[in-house]
Amino acid sequence: MRRIISILMENEPGALSRVVGLFSQRGYNIETLTVAPTEDETLSRLTMTTTGDDKKIEQITKHLNKLIEVVKLVDLTEGAHIEREIMLMKVKATGAQRAEVKRTVDIFRGQIVDVTSTVYTVQLTGTTDKLEAFINAVGEAQVLEVVRSGVSGISRGEKVLSL
Amino acid sequence: MEMLSGAEMVVRALQDEGVEYIFGYPGGAVLHIYDALFQQDKVNHILVRHEQAATHAADGYARSTGKPGVVLVTSGPGATNAITGIATAFMDSIPMVVLSGQVRSDWIGDDAFQETDMVGLSRPIVKHSFMVRDPRQIPDMIKKAFYIASTGRPGPVLVDIPKDHTAPHNTFPYEYPKKVKMRSYAPVTRGHSGQIRKAVDELLKAKRPVIYSGGGVVQGDASEALTGVARKLNFPVTNTLMGLGAFPGTDKQFLGMLGMHGTYEANMAMHNADVILAAGARLDDRVTNDAKKFCPGAKIIHIDIDPASISKNVTAHIPIVGPVKQVLEEMLTMLDEHDSGPDHKSLERWWQEIDGWRQVHGLRYEVNENGPMKPQQVVQALYKATNGEAFVTSDVGQHQMFAAQYYLYDRPRQWINSGGLGTMGFGLPAAMGVQFAHPEAVVACVTGEGSIQMNIQELSTCLQYGLPIKIININNQALGMVRQWQDMQYGGRHSQSYMESLPDFVKLAESYGHVGMKIEKLEDLDGAMEEAFALKDRLVFMDIYVDPTEHVYPMHIADGSMRDMWLSKTERT
Repeated sequence: MRRIISILMENEPGALSRVVGLFSQRGYNIETLTVAPTEDETLSRLTMTTTGDDKKIEQITKHLNKLIEVVKLVDLTEGAHIEREIMLMKVKATGAQRAEVKRTVDIFRGQIVDVTSTVYTVQLTGTTDKLEAFINAVGEAQVLEVVRSGVSGISRGEKVLSL
Repeated sequence: MEMLSGAEMVVRALQDEGVEYIFGYPGGAVLHIYDALFQQDKVNHILVRHEQAATHAADGYARSTGKPGVVLVTSGPGATNAITGIATAFMDSIPMVVLSGQVRSDWIGDDAFQETDMVGLSRPIVKHSFMVRDPRQIPDMIKKAFYIASTGRPGPVLVDIPKDHTAPHNTFPYEYPKKVKMRSYAPVTRGHSGQIRKAVDELLKAKRPVIYSGGGVVQGDASEALTGVARKLNFPVTNTLMGLGAFPGTDKQFLGMLGMHGTYEANMAMHNADVILAAGARLDDRVTNDAKKFCPGAKIIHIDIDPASISKNVTAHIPIVGPVKQVLEEMLTMLDEHDSGPDHKSLERWWQEIDGWRQVHGLRYEVNENGPMKPQQVVQALYKATNGEAFVTSDVGQHQMFAAQYYLYDRPRQWINSGGLGTMGFGLPAAMGVQFAHPEAVVACVTGEGSIQMNIQELSTCLQYGLPIKIININNQALGMVRQWQDMQYGGRHSQSYMESLPDFVKLAESYGHVGMKIEKLEDLDGAMEEAFALKDRLVFMDIYVDPTEHVYPMHIADGSMRDMWLSKTERT
């Protein structure tokens, strides 16, 4: 099952390599990974998506918690949550395609953030599923380049992951 | 405030931490630190002959005292040589602080002379690591290193120190922190009382219980509590390789070691148990055999300070995360206050069954009337010669298993071996660490002609410091455990498992200034042992020739359950 694990950790050199190292060392899989400082510059927020059965996920969270620099972590998929990913994409935009791509971007509520005579650069935010649906809708043949940020997530309601 | 250089701060922090011994080897990147060490006499530096031995010696010191072992090595090869010893300590949860030199900070990343990314290299085998980025961080980092190494589930911590941060001309105000505060590290100090109560109820209902205790009981100083619980309940106890000595080896409730080379009665009792109290043990593959077939009828109560050890290989029915000593003590209090006791009737039947298994006597060997002596006889002679009281360190292989099976350890920390990593070359340097920590004690290193040659250079260190270790070299002229597997699983094809061109160990010992003895006949064995242990201030290297064809039994049959064992070359369960 796909899980989103969100980690609050010390914003220190080497901390990220411990998290990533743990995954390769113990044969766990990282599908996406995003990391950036939080409003408190001594802390980083790291979000990763991984897959595994309950037993594996339990081991992953236990081992992550053992890392000295990990302050707190939560498996967002255990409760109601919001997940977002941002995608930048260059799409061929020539001839009849030019209008068609524009319409598809509008349907997905994306934005065209850069234009040339042959290419649109599209920005789209949403869940992983939505981004994938957009790629399919545009058609792989039209896609020139895709950059995705990886998943960020936050729990719904009043629950917060902070110190 | 006192002004000190980075190097002086390192040494002063060690003093303030109460460090008696530091095991190390000098080199370019740590010269400032060595100069600071030279100018004081509180921390004794022990010069080894190879950095791997420094880590094993610090490890032996730590295992025999419970205090963190301390290591100082230089950058590059000094640091990489220490890796095996750090991994050894990591696998067995041994508290250790390793200080490694690093090239000057402005050269890091430039492939400088003797540069290696030690923080990166050691990352999977340390509990934590620090890189000093400013000399002012040194006192705090060293304090944290000792704190992290010795609390929670202990383990090695590395502090990597670039040379420029120890330069003598730059001084900084020094104050050693009194306390450590870390928002991201808070080891558990108590087990959950509700869980402990559930466990107690389960134990009191048990009809066929076994207490299975591991290295955590030794490292967590929980032997007394464990023994208290076992005696109170009259339950059988088995120890892992790492747990030997946690419960007295000569006690009638003791079933011997369990697992791959465990006793018949210990493995049978485990397989047939209805409740297993696993204390400070991690149900690793050398114990469980096939985890899917492990003890099918047993409810498992698992006490461990590390939540990640619980339900990793085998699912625990009642998990208790906490220091094993505190949990067992609370358990004992609850048992004392409980209205009812254990199920004596069922226990009586259970003990009868166990005694029946004891009659089968899996721990046995055939004596050669006129042929070469058996390795088991050597361990038994050692037991006799030392009244069962010696610290015994071992290397890795058949001799290690014989030393685990045939020497009965009555005290925790008496038996010192590399269980998790299985590091050949561990025994002699570990014995050095034990002897430094216990100068008056009898220390024996049980080894083989394969293992001893992996750190034989330490005979020189032993001479320098006058360490009267007794080396029991069980010499079968082969890598015995490798050969045993080749006999059993590879059609007897002894690929690279024999030792040709062995040195004359007697002359070798003598050339290092020690006493050497060669023993080839059983009738000479007891006399030689007595003679060797009478030489109280000398290292004696006993080169003892044994039957090269001997195997270690019992032995788990691969992919079977706990009860599936070879009992000899021809008998199996």
